Parts: sequence; structure tokens; C-alpha cells
Amino acid sequence: MLKKLAFTTALTFAAAFTLQAQAQEPRRGGTIRFTAPYGASFVSNDSHVSNQIQDEIYGYALHGMLYKWDAKNGKPVLDIAESVQVSADGKTYTYKLRDNALFHNGRKLTSDDVIWSYTRIMDGSKNYPGARYVARIVGATEVQKGQAKEISGLKKIDDSSFSMTLTDKANPGYFLFQAQTAILPAKEAQAAGFFDKPIGLGPFKFVEHVPGSRMAFERWDKYYLAGKPYADKLVISPMGEAAARDVAFRNKEVDVSILGSTQYVAYKADPNLSKGILEVAEVFTRNMGMNPTFKPFSDKRVRQAINYAIDSDLIIKRLVRDKAYRAASWLPLSSPAFDKDAKPYAFDPEKAKKLLVEAGYPDGFEFEWTATPNESWGVPIVEATIPMLAKVGIKVKVKPVETSALGGVVVGGDFQAYIWSNTSGPDSLTALKCFHSSTPRSSCNYTTFKNPAYDKLIDDASNEADPAKQLDLLKKANAMLQEEAPVWFFNYNKAVMAYQPWLHGLQPNSTELALQRYEELWVDTTSPAAK
Amino acid sequence: MLPYVFRRLLQAIPILLAVAALIFVLFSVIPGNFATSQMADGRSNIDAATIERMNQQFGLNDPLPLRFAKYVGGLATFDLGDSFRTRQPVTTLIGERLWPSLQLALAAMAFAIVIGVPLGFFAALKPGSWVDMLSMVFAVSGLSLPMFWLGLLLMYAFALTLNWFPSFGYGDGDPRYIVLPAIALGVSPLALLARTARAAVLEIMHADFVRTARAKGASAYRVMRWHVARNALVIVLTTLGLQFGSVLGQAVVVEKLFAWPGLGSLLVDSVTWRDIPAVQGCILTIVLFFLVVNIAVDVLCAVVDPRIKYS
Repeated sequence: MLKKLAFTTALTFAAAFTLQAQAQEPRRGGTIRFTAPYGASFVSNDSHVSNQIQDEIYGYALHGMLYKWDAKNGKPVLDIAESVQVSADGKTYTYKLRDNALFHNGRKLTSDDVIWSYTRIMDGSKNYPGARYVARIVGATEVQKGQAKEISGLKKIDDSSFSMTLTDKANPGYFLFQAQTAILPAKEAQAAGFFDKPIGLGPFKFVEHVPGSRMAFERWDKYYLAGKPYADKLVISPMGEAAARDVAFRNKEVDVSILGSTQYVAYKADPNLSKGILEVAEVFTRNMGMNPTFKPFSDKRVRQAINYAIDSDLIIKRLVRDKAYRAASWLPLSSPAFDKDAKPYAFDPEKAKKLLVEAGYPDGFEFEWTATPNESWGVPIVEATIPMLAKVGIKVKVKPVETSALGGVVVGGDFQAYIWSNTSGPDSLTALKCFHSSTPRSSCNYTTFKNPAYDKLIDDASNEADPAKQLDLLKKANAMLQEEAPVWFFNYNKAVMAYQPWLHGLQPNSTELALQRYEELWVDTTSPAAK
Repeated sequence: MLPYVFRRLLQAIPILLAVAALIFVLFSVIPGNFATSQMADGRSNIDAATIERMNQQFGLNDPLPLRFAKYVGGLATFDLGDSFRTRQPVTTLIGERLWPSLQLALAAMAFAIVIGVPLGFFAALKPGSWVDMLSMVFAVSGLSLPMFWLGLLLMYAFALTLNWFPSFGYGDGDPRYIVLPAIALGVSPLALLARTARAAVLEIMHADFVRTARAKGASAYRVMRWHVARNALVIVLTTLGLQFGSVLGQAVVVEKLFAWPGLGSLLVDSVTWRDIPAVQGCILTIVLFFLVVNIAVDVLCAVVDPRIKYS
């Protein structure tokens, strides 16, 4: 009897397991209806032209890059290459390309295509944005300056292999996975009209682009990953208006929608919509940069006082609606060098006052704070901090600027303080190098931070071959940044994507949640576009 | 008539030049340029050398008068320059977007004319009646409603709740896609046309020649058809021209909201990224459209009312 019961139970479990497995089995067919939320249109059919995430969104469908971002493991992995050998000095990478990587016209990828694509990106007369990544290959800047026609650091070995020598020791995976560095077919791309109907190595073939409305793709059957992509078609609609996206999503016209803080609250409160929310800590740190040429900010104690004087948790809760994670230092939660035990600055106005007295500002001071209208890291946040800072004697004068002008203001050093959302990953070393004294303000050391001990930690980390030791050094550097407080550490962005119940395979991409590997996505039969 | 049209077209040239000059001056005064706008997302660190190279590439280092002179030289050959963002000729970008914008403008004006003009006429026939009150409440509301908000209301009502129309997009020739954006764009001119038509009819109905016509025993229909409507039409046409001309500019908000691929969405993105040639191209196209429509309306007025002579 007991044996019979055990057998029946086992059978039931097995059946349930099989059903569950079937339910999770990716389904072929249907249309994925994606949205591009960062503007009213795509810039161009040429992925090398734009540095906007909006264009990366379609670039991931159309193109193959040397690397791709493995969202689940939070690291770059090879995309169009099947293997790589790294030299002892960590500067030369030898790649073997995939045998089965074919362009959408059926032609096999060769190393000439890779070399031509990178050389094109370095064309100095065109100023393609991807040049800042390719510039890390030896000889690339010479091409940019017109002093050479070929990138000396790129050597063709044979049709399916080539070597790449970098100017410094770095993992190229961190900067050669964006669609700005897409590999184009060398010969075909030089033909007139190529970009009217571009081809690439990606999982989907270009069908049409109705500027300002949609870009449509269909499955590339000879994609190098067998059986992928799953969907027959992909339609990406640029939808810059959050309210319009919200209606379209609720009306089941689109499969995903990136949420702002207001919608985040509404979706979380809705019993149905709350079931389809994907959250990820993106590699963006919202901060107030302080210019040390403004005398009070040259004193570490003043900078620390500001960190103590602002109740960041309260602002995140009330204004940002919990659509952010409290920042402890520069590196975000998703960074491997993030110290989970690190405590953020506590809200402690008394300590702030004490530090200001020690720094020689017992009566406080006044400063000008440059801010854009952005709701998550702009004027609304600055306004919330004004009464908090006033309590410790610091007066704030808001200097509003347009979002597109902020970069120019900061790079020009024309500020006392600014509030911004800056990339702080995915490569921890690159992110922390922004505070190295040799990094100019125009690159990313916006606060012209200078500390010899910090420089040494970064230099040591750059030269360290052992990944564990390098990680340890980076953690120390990140902790030192917290102590030195060149910025007010506000929060790390929590990106939120709402998705329909029929869409599967979404990845928690911390570099940018809107960037998905479409070959992993599939729709089940309940989708209105399942056929 | 033809010399008049030709002269009006010639008069448009200084207006277009003035608009182009104004945009040049505005974009040189406001902070930020195309190179620095690339950093807006906080992820793209662009070094000083790259900014300098970009400024050089796009001629932004040249003195303003020189840049303007080059631009005007291009205009003479219908060359609006290349977009900084897309690196494509601006004429190509506008060419891609003009037809959807015109479609939307025509649909919005058709909606406004078909409903607004009769509404105004009927309201004027029985002033003070509930029809008059209701139509004027509708007209005032239409003028007061922000287009963005109205668009959202339409989306919620007719897309989300009733599921009659899609909430966004261009569609593949499916006319259902244009209905909501056309209504959102057309309500404001509809309201103005209704008010204008009502006021014009009321005024003309009390004119001496109408009284004379009635005294001569003309039927009510004949009085309305030949004396009131025809004279009111000239005033309505003038308003219509102004509204039709400006609807392309007003479409910016609606196009962005409904992801309609017209000039508006191109203009919004171009302003954001300080893409001066594209901004100029879009605005000049809108201004040109306004001028051409108004010339056409002036000609139409002369056809409707032979007393109007152009010399």
C-alpha cells in the first residue's frame, strides 16, 4: 500500500515537473513588440553614428559585436568570436571567429570585416562615438588623426582569426560590446544605399524603418546560436512619452515598458501589473559633484558635512518613490567591487555642523548648484535638500540648465556644484579611474579629484594580474572615495521594466535594462501577437 | 491673380531668412551644443579633443555670420545642410517626415471643418438656445484643453477603455491609427472655427443687405445660402487659413504623444540634441507651409467673394 502511495506521489510530482518544464520551454514564433523609451525616434540605420541607448536598442537585434553582455553573470562574454587567447602582458588578444557567424546576406564573417569596422569607427572626419572605445587599440588614434590608414594594433592572421593589441592592460569585453562597435560587412557596407536596408550579424534581419514610428525585423534563420532567436518578428517602437507608453502597455499593444517613478508606484500597487515587473540596479550613480576650486569644497570635512546633512533615504522614499538604491560610495550594487558591508553616510545634521565648525565655516556658506529639470536627479531633488542644508547653515542657490547643456557646463568647469547621473560601471576599474588625478575633467574626473594614495591604489589595481587581489584593491579605492567624498553619494538607479505575462526570457541587464538580447526572448500563445 | 501669388511668394523669402537668422542667433545664445549634448545621458564621456573635432567637423567654430552666410548659400540651392545627428541631408529627413505630418494636418483640419463650421452656423441660427450654449461650451473647452492632456484622455477613453482605436503608431495604411491624433490636433481649430462661424453669421444676419433680402421676400433658405453663408465664409476661410497653417507646428506635441512619424517628433529630438540644421529645416518647412496655405486661402477668398481684388 505504502509502495503504491509512494509511486503515485512520485508520478504526480513527475507529471507536474514535466508540465512546468513544458510551460518554460521557449516557444518559436510570434512577434515581440518592444519599446525604445529614450526619444521620439531612432537616430540612424547606421549604428556607428549614434551613441544613444535608443539606437543600441535596435542595434542588439541587428548586429553582432565582438563581445556581448552576459546580464545574468554580470560580465562580458564573446559574441562573434568563439575563443580568445590573452598574452602574458594582458595587452594582446587573439581571437578565433565563429565559423557559423553569417551576415544577413548569407556571407561568412571574416577578420577583414572586424578590422574594417573598427577602422571605419576611427575615421577622424566622421567622429563616430564608438571611437572612444576603439581608441584603446594600439594605432587607432593615429588613424583618427589621419597619420595612418590602418590600425597597427589589429593584425589579420587568417580569414577567421586576428589579434588585437591594446594601449593598456584592460579587458576589451567591457568596451567592445556596444552596438556603436558593431561589426559591419566590409564590402557591402561601402556600397551606396547600404544603410537604407542594413545587414548585420545579429539575431534579426532588418525589414523596415518608419522614422519616428517603428523599426521592424524578422528572424535570421542562420543565426549562429542554433534554434535562436525564437520569435518570428520583432517590432521596436520609439515611445519617448511615459504616459503614452503606459496606455499602450495597459492596452496590450506593447510587450514591455520602462517605468518612471510615478508609474512604478502605480504598477506595484496593481495586483495584475505588479506580477510583471523586472527591477535591476543599473550602473549609474546619482551624485552632486563639488568643484574644489570653490574654496569650501576643497575641504574634505565640508564635503563630508554635506553627505551627513542630507537625508538621502527620505528623498529616495518620498521623491524618487523607492525607485533607487541608496548609494554608499561610487561603485553600484551590481559591481563586483561593491562592498556589501559598507554603510552609507548617516543622516546626522549635528555631525555635519561639527565638521563645518572644524573646517572654519561655523556660520555655513552659500553655493550655486547647477541642476537640470530631471525628476530623479535634477531640480526637484535639489529643492528637497535646500531645507536640510539650511539647517546646518548652508544656503543653496539653484542654477537651472537644460539637460543637453549640463555636460558642457561640467566639462567646462563652470560650476560650484552639479547634480548628475553618471555611469559607474560595468567595469569597476574604468569607473574608479575617473577619480585618478591623471584623468582630466573633460574625460570624467569632473570634480578634478586628486589624492596620491587613491592614485596608487588605482595604479596597483591596473597592474595587478590576480583578479582577487585587483578586486580587493578596487574595494579599498571605493572605500577611500567614500571617505574623501568628492561628491554627495545620492543613489544608484533602480531601473524598472514592466512586461506582459506572455513575454519570457528577459534579462536583468545592469548596464541598461532596456537593452535585451532579443535571441533569448520568446512569447507564449497568450500574446495578442503570438501568430 | 498670378502676379499677386508670385509677389506673395517673393515676400516669403525675407520671412524665411529672418526665421533662419533667428534660429541661428538663438542656438548661439543658449548653452550647450551638439558635441556636449552627447554627454546628457551621463554615460558618454567625451573628451575635449573630441568636442573640438566635432565642433570643427560641423563648422561650429566658425564665426556666426560666416555660418549663416554658408547656410543661406545652401538655401539658394535648396540644400538645408546635413543633420549633425544622423549625418544625412536634412532634405532627406524632412522628405521622410513631411507626408505623415501633412496627413495628420489634413485629417485634423477635415475634422475641424466638418464639425466646427456647421456647429457655428447652427449655433448662430438660434442664439441663446441650448444648441448655441452647448456648442459654445464645447468650443471654449476645446480652446482651453491642453493638447497633451486631451490626447491622453482620448487614449484612455477610445484605446484603453473602448478599444476602438490603437493608442499609438502609424500603422500600415490602416486609417484607425490617424483618428485619435487627428481629433487631439483638430479640437482646438474646431473650437475656433465654430466660434468664428457663429460670430460671422450673427453679424451678417443683422446686416442691411440681409434685411433688404428678407424684405424683398427671399426665402429663409435663399437668404442663408446666398447672402449670409457666402459672406460669412470669407471670414471663416481667413481663420481656417491661419489655423491650417499653424496646425503643422502644433502637431509637435501630438506627434510625440502618439508616436506619429511626422516633422514634430523630428523637431523635438533635434532641439534636444542641438541639431541646428535639422531644427532649421523643420522650422523653415513649417513656416513655408504656413505662408503657402495663407496665400492659397487669400486666393480662395477672392473666388468666394468676387468683390475682393488683388492687385
